[in-house]
Amino acid sequence: MSDNRDLGPLVPRNRAIHPPAYDIDYKTSVPRSPRWSLLSMESTPSEETGPRFGHSLIGDLDNNLILNFTRGKAPAVGERILMHGRVLEEMGRPVPHTLVEIWQANAGGRYRHKKDTYLAPLDPNFGGCGRTITDENGYYEFLTIRPGAYPWPNRANDWRPMHIHISVFGHSFGQRLITQMYFEGDPLIDRCPIAATIKDRSQLDRLVAPLDMAHSRPLDFLAYKFDIVLRGRRQTMFENKLEGM
Amino acid sequence: MVQKLDYLVESPSQTAGPYVHIGLMPTYAGNGGYYATEIGTSPIADGAKGEVIEITGEVIDGTGWALRDALIESWQPDAAGKFAGQDGADPAAAGHCRFAADAESGLFTLRTVKPGAVAARGGAMQAPHISLWIVARGINTGLQTRIYFEDEDNANDPLLNRIEQRNRVDTLIARKVGEGQYRFDIRLQGEGETVFLDI
Ligand SMILES: [Fe+2]
Repeated sequence: MSDNRDLGPLVPRNRAIHPPAYDIDYKTSVPRSPRWSLLSMESTPSEETGPRFGHSLIGDLDNNLILNFTRGKAPAVGERILMHGRVLEEMGRPVPHTLVEIWQANAGGRYRHKKDTYLAPLDPNFGGCGRTITDENGYYEFLTIRPGAYPWPNRANDWRPMHIHISVFGHSFGQRLITQMYFEGDPLIDRCPIAATIKDRSQLDRLVAPLDMAHSRPLDFLAYKFDIVLRGRRQTMFENKLEGM
Repeated sequence: MVQKLDYLVESPSQTAGPYVHIGLMPTYAGNGGYYATEIGTSPIADGAKGEVIEITGEVIDGTGWALRDALIESWQPDAAGKFAGQDGADPAAAGHCRFAADAESGLFTLRTVKPGAVAARGGAMQAPHISLWIVARGINTGLQTRIYFEDEDNANDPLLNRIEQRNRVDTLIARKVGEGQYRFDIRLQGEGETVFLDI
């Protein structure tokens, strides 16, 4: 594994595709959004290096949310789905051997979290988190159930569309990203103020996973394909090489 | 017409939401034992070289209220300025940590070793610092910042020297409050707003 060698500077983030910090329709962002501009600078080793996690960290059921909470004893309730795709970087290269973590509500839209008090019941067989490490081609997969939509306190009657939260490391701390996967055809996407924090609709569409019948298994599960792109790195012979790296 | 650049575009960020701990810190979320090994529980193991320090603080919103749901990740080199995985790095200094604001008090604590200095691209030395990445409900894209130290020489740090308003530099510098004890508050908005980074 090429641990924290000098792989070149990170491509600066294109902030236009990301949500602005302040969005009055997403009320919690109002007091939690910085008012001053970010301080921009070329990346340094502090951003270009990052933690690595070995495949040995991952348990056999860690990427199977249908079974991992009960350690294989009883399956979770809900529509069985395969969530799968690749982690790539902006230059088009796959990101191999990187940690991908997900969390989600159960089929009724309830999270297993001490702060979630929604009416929908907990499923005794569903925990709601999973993790895996991409293979040498950047590919990952999770077996899970489709999460339910749920209401949340924001405007008078806001509902989150069905979604799965996803966290990715890449190979650099500066590539760190959390986002959400939505599901093709969900009418709540267009009504969600969190989805709408992304101002360019074509960018939001990139978070909507299509139904992927080619990877669905007959009589077992449907599949949704979700690729994730992380910041790229420049690799040219003209980059300054760092001493000792 | 010109040739088409066939690069990809980074996936847009979405907030980590209020339940981020389920996915990243199951024990904190009340789901201990979910994984055989949780990641990022400590940036150092027993025997890590260097000075062990503790940094305590709050993540404070624009009204002055300390967030109870913020989750922070830190990344740093070992005491000699080597990152995990580099030749000669201290095997007891993984360098990565996940920690959360306490659900009752809002206080966070990072226990680690003081990092060594690392050169920037081009060779200029950066003062010792720890990189932070902060996520929570209401934060649409994870916020990057750095912790520097009051008792280090920060005069020639290339990042600190780019801050035009010199009165904002202090927002990135942890105050020494005791032997091996530092205070570092993160102000998301308003008076004393922390300098956040695009780096
Ligand atoms: Fe959610």
